[in-house]
Amino acid sequence: MNAPISSFTPSVLAESAVARVSLAAPCARLSLRARGDLAPLNAALGLTLPTRIGQRAQSGESQALCLGPDEWMLHAPETLAAGMQAACDEVYGTLPHSLVDVSGREVTFVLDGPRAVDLLTLGMPRNPDSIAVGEGRRINFDGVTVLLWRDGETAFRMDVWHSFAPHLLHLLGTGVAELAAEAA
Amino acid sequence: MLLIHCPYCEETLPEAEFTYAGQAHVIRPENPSGQTDDQWEEFLFIRANPKGPHYERWRHFHGCGRFFNAVRDTVSDKFLTTYKAGAPRPDLSSLTEGLK
Ligand SMILES: [Zn+2]
Repeated sequence: MNAPISSFTPSVLAESAVARVSLAAPCARLSLRARGDLAPLNAALGLTLPTRIGQRAQSGESQALCLGPDEWMLHAPETLAAGMQAACDEVYGTLPHSLVDVSGREVTFVLDGPRAVDLLTLGMPRNPDSIAVGEGRRINFDGVTVLLWRDGETAFRMDVWHSFAPHLLHLLGTGVAELAAEAA
Repeated sequence: MLLIHCPYCEETLPEAEFTYAGQAHVIRPENPSGQTDDQWEEFLFIRANPKGPHYERWRHFHGCGRFFNAVRDTVSDKFLTTYKAGAPRPDLSSLTEGLK
């Protein structure tokens, strides 16, 4: 089943005493690809693009996550996206790059609660603790490629392409209930 | 599950994040029209299929997305090394030294 972004409203989607899954408010998502000296893009975006895979950078409400040697995901409030794109267009002549608005492609689930890490192990082959607080990664979650941002010891954001969202939400909902049953 | 070291992420991660992508170091001829049918067949279809160390491509699909090369023993499934795409083919004796 495909799920347009409008299928979910930002709210708590699954909750128990030990873990919670909610939907984040929409934001602008920009996919950036570039190689070489990144200084012009850093100046345009007002932040230093991290160069180690998994590292993040933040400036105000804009965030960048390094996904690959030449690839980043940028999140920002929707009102700032047009300005960021215009600023990057300005430096295209000095540093050719690809900046694509993918805001309509995915939704973000916010995972928190004392057993959020255990909830992740349900679909994640790698150890969630191999991702440090303040970092992020593109990972495999139950066969689906997702972005995982670790905001705290037990606080995560998961960006999911919306066609996969109902499947993953169902899986996470099951996990939230199962972990609560274990605790009871 | 196999654990595979991604030379771009510099992390050793579960096989489920990776996809296999065939034999490595198969080089497309500069001038395909200059090839004989036999040479072209060799390029397209003929692969080594060794019993033992095999130079092969993998892709960190659910991760950095990069293709890279690996030397894997097809008998033990042990990865002898992984290295970035475009890096020279490592010498086999340097990889197997520690195993003897
Ligand atoms: Zn990788």
